[in-house]
Amino acid sequence: MAESSSISNPDANSNLSRKRRKIEPKTPAGAPTETGRPRWQNDVEQQIYSLKLVDALCHLRRPDSAAATSRAVRNAADQVLAVSARGKTRWSRAILTGRLSLRLAHINKKHKKAAKRAAVGESRTKKPAVQKKLPPLEKKVKVLSRLVPGCRKVSLPNLLEETTDYIAALEMQVKAMTFLTGLLNGAVSSSAAAGGDSSLADRG
Amino acid sequence: MSSRRSRSRQSGASRISDDQIADLVSRLQQLIPEIRNRRSDKVSASKVLQETCNYIRSLHREVDDLSDRLSELLESTDSDSAQAAIIRSLLM
Repeated sequence: MAESSSISNPDANSNLSRKRRKIEPKTPAGAPTETGRPRWQNDVEQQIYSLKLVDALCHLRRPDSAAATSRAVRNAADQVLAVSARGKTRWSRAILTGRLSLRLAHINKKHKKAAKRAAVGESRTKKPAVQKKLPPLEKKVKVLSRLVPGCRKVSLPNLLEETTDYIAALEMQVKAMTFLTGLLNGAVSSSAAAGGDSSLADRG
Repeated sequence: MSSRRSRSRQSGASRISDDQIADLVSRLQQLIPEIRNRRSDKVSASKVLQETCNYIRSLHREVDDLSDRLSELLESTDSDSAQAAIIRSLLM
């Protein structure tokens, strides 16, 4: 019923969709189907990811300035993965925005460290005892929060949810990249064996 | 789940119920192949977290290795024929 009214009123639709986006995360009907394994596990998602990744990698090659270095390929793969998440998870948003502000963040960190060293040198003797009493569970939570991008200051339940989604996404990434590597291996060996002469002829 | 989320927001990070944590930890447990294959229900939360960190690190390493290989392969192939081959196999 709501859908038919949204179709008839294009202006109201944008407002309705804005309201829907705010309300949707709280309704139980929509949430379980979006996050977690089923989201990343289906073959269609993997194929879409492979295609997008191939496209991104070919764009990498064309400028010919920086060759397809391993780091560049990794970044492209992460970017495409984050885009596939469609902005619904914190780690994906962190990957997409992190690239832009990476250098700024480094500069800020250096400034903060320098300021802290100047200020904290006097008060170091007061605090160490309190800091060492962190339970080992908390330490592992901290390590985990560092591994999942963008989740350093996130509460525990949210962190665990992000982790489940992130692990499923990483698994899909590995599958898709393995698949692509296999394909390219086949393409290289077959073109080297049979098509060497013909490709030269095409270009000449 | 929605009622649990609103409760945690109101009460703050320090008052997360143990039930909530146990529920999420058990969900994580299902994802990690090491723990899944052992089939023991009494895995401690600390063990699950440890295995999760190890698993994420190993996945990162795999992605790095794969991107190494992909970058080598991309340099040695003609990009157009490779792309055509990939798209062909994906569409079929």
